[in-house]
Amino acid sequence: MSYEVLGITVLWVFLFGYLIVASIDFGAGFFSFYSSITGKRHLIHNIIERYLSPVWEVTNVFLVFFFVGIVGFFPDTAYYYGTALLVPGSIAIILLAIRGAYYAFNSYGTRSKTIYMFLYGASGLLIPASLSTVLTISEGGYIEVDSGGKVTFLFSKLFTSTYSWTVVLLAIVSVLYISAMFLAYYADRAKDRNAFEVVRKYALVWSGPTILSSLLVFFAIRNHNPEHFEQMLNLAWMFVASFICFLIAVYLVWSKKRLGLSFLFVMLQFGFAFFGLVPDICLMFCIRI
Amino acid sequence: MLLSGYDPVLYSRILTSVTLGFHIIFATIGVGVPLMIALAEWIGIKRDDPHYLLLARRWARGFVITVAVGVVTGTAIGLQLSLLWPSFMRVAGQSIALPLFMETFAFFFEAIFLGIYLYTWDRFKNRMVHFWLLVPVVIGSSASAFFITVVNAFMNAPAGVTVQDGKIVDIAPFAAMLSPAMPTKVTHVLITAYLTCAFVLAAISAWSLLKGRNHVYYKKALKLTMVSAFVFILASALIGDLSGKYLAKYQPEKLAAIEWHFETTTQAPLVFGGILTEDNEIKFGLKIPFALSILAHGNPNAEVIGLNDIPADEHPPLWIHYLFDTKMAFVVMMTIIATAFMLFLWRKRAAAYTSKWLLRAIIVAAPLAMLTIEHGWIFAEVGRQPWILRGIMRTSEGATVSNHVDSMLILFTLLYIVLGITAVRVLTRMFRSNSAEDEMADRLILGGEDK
Repeated sequence: MSYEVLGITVLWVFLFGYLIVASIDFGAGFFSFYSSITGKRHLIHNIIERYLSPVWEVTNVFLVFFFVGIVGFFPDTAYYYGTALLVPGSIAIILLAIRGAYYAFNSYGTRSKTIYMFLYGASGLLIPASLSTVLTISEGGYIEVDSGGKVTFLFSKLFTSTYSWTVVLLAIVSVLYISAMFLAYYADRAKDRNAFEVVRKYALVWSGPTILSSLLVFFAIRNHNPEHFEQMLNLAWMFVASFICFLIAVYLVWSKKRLGLSFLFVMLQFGFAFFGLVPDICLMFCIRI
Repeated sequence: MLLSGYDPVLYSRILTSVTLGFHIIFATIGVGVPLMIALAEWIGIKRDDPHYLLLARRWARGFVITVAVGVVTGTAIGLQLSLLWPSFMRVAGQSIALPLFMETFAFFFEAIFLGIYLYTWDRFKNRMVHFWLLVPVVIGSSASAFFITVVNAFMNAPAGVTVQDGKIVDIAPFAAMLSPAMPTKVTHVLITAYLTCAFVLAAISAWSLLKGRNHVYYKKALKLTMVSAFVFILASALIGDLSGKYLAKYQPEKLAAIEWHFETTTQAPLVFGGILTEDNEIKFGLKIPFALSILAHGNPNAEVIGLNDIPADEHPPLWIHYLFDTKMAFVVMMTIIATAFMLFLWRKRAAAYTSKWLLRAIIVAAPLAMLTIEHGWIFAEVGRQPWILRGIMRTSEGATVSNHVDSMLILFTLLYIVLGITAVRVLTRMFRSNSAEDEMADRLILGGEDK
């Protein structure tokens, strides 16, 4: 196994780990806030608290592992990303800081405050949106290197591109879907029927938009980077597999059966799709400039 | 570019120092407080004393809030390394990836056990089981400090790498962790973190005692923290001495700049205080004969390298002398305060907890300790200039060339102000609304009068 393949495998594991754990975490934060303004907080508060309390610090760790991994295995890639991503990266850090800190202030402090809950619920949805720009940029076309080697990030291009907005949409919707699917499993394990009914509804509501926004991303990639789209078509079976996993997962939640298995299929669904999106050996780390 | 005269290197340095200057407060608390909690809980179990157990419980409760701020600012500096210093990370990334990875892993370990520890008070029949859950937290937090200081040691004295045309080739990852700067730096950081936390927690007890809340709970807390502070200050004095000897051998330019030592000489005197005129003459300084030679080599006749033997473009800024001497003045004050408490405890025990002046001094010692950490860190970093990676890469070559560092500086400064204010408010509300006396009444803990 070459150094690069080893590196990519390690980074892949960290990023996928982060994708799942952070999605659950961010979504749970949002549902916690949403349920409190819709008056359902008393129903799902317990399971969300029980899940959130131990994991929020661990979620950050996955992200840092991923970045340290890039630096260690692909210092040149880290250089381009570092230079290009100062602004979106800093915004993501600030959101992560607000989220982590206000979660702790809210749950370990004396009393819970709606403003704290709003801050951590809302930042949780904005973080995936800002982090998803990393994926968008890896498709190429948003970084310019001039003859002197100066790296510039083309903001306006990113903000006006359909592709980048479809990715943002997919990121937010997926977060809510993954999180609701997990909480459904978790509530079922905890034998909390009332909470289960609420989060099951969330899961089913967000399943449709997840598939729709995935389709949107497909079409957007075809327009943005036809070459990559061709490569993805060669791996069409992975997307078919992903879709089948999605159907099984949603069916299991809908019929209220085998919810652990259902969440396993959610992870497979995103595993197939994510791996299919970045098919060649250099994955997202050889930036297409 | 928001501000005129924009220079990405300057703003990258300012933003990095703002982030670290804020993070270091919470990082220090994060490293030292678990040890103090462990001490209190251990004594509480061994002596079957509910006061110490309550102390551990209350410290742990406040600790979680500071950990949260430490985690998010730690994540910020971790990512800012790549965002603000991409060229540095390109050159050094592979050599420091291992300790960075270990640091994150140590934190991971700590976070998991901290979560379990917080939720398992009174869950075990054998109370030592709960204590043992804290041990990984103490180890994990100190290990985090260990590994991140290893990275800093590498920047000060790169080891385990071969340099060819300004590029690092041939990296031996473990040898890179064993930089000659590592042993003194790591121990200094750890011990002073313990020391600072002992003083911070002592100040809280002293505050309550000064307010006339004379429950024995506060006296036990003050005794535990101040005796610890005394032990740690002795240890840090010893390590501080070894750090001086390390500098003389491996980073003579830093030592020369700190001490305004311009000419290489034997029997070098130490200059304390003073000001530097335009043509590098020292005025009003206190000269202690032979002291620099002793500090550097443990021998009054030893030769100490002066700035005249260092190329002019590699001189560190000379103002670090002021930082260093201020820091040493703080250290002297803390030593006096800790020693005074020990003398009181030994000679007139009652007065140790009632003397208004002593209690006030202990309250002052906490910010002094934190300022010492900040001063020490700033002079260690500025003293490495002009290098970001000593002898390999200059700071000016390591920074980003982005046009937006100044706007990011404003955003992050606002973030830290907001986080700092909220953290303080949450902490004060937490302890005001649930005083130790109320909690003792709730938990049916007896014994309020002085024994």
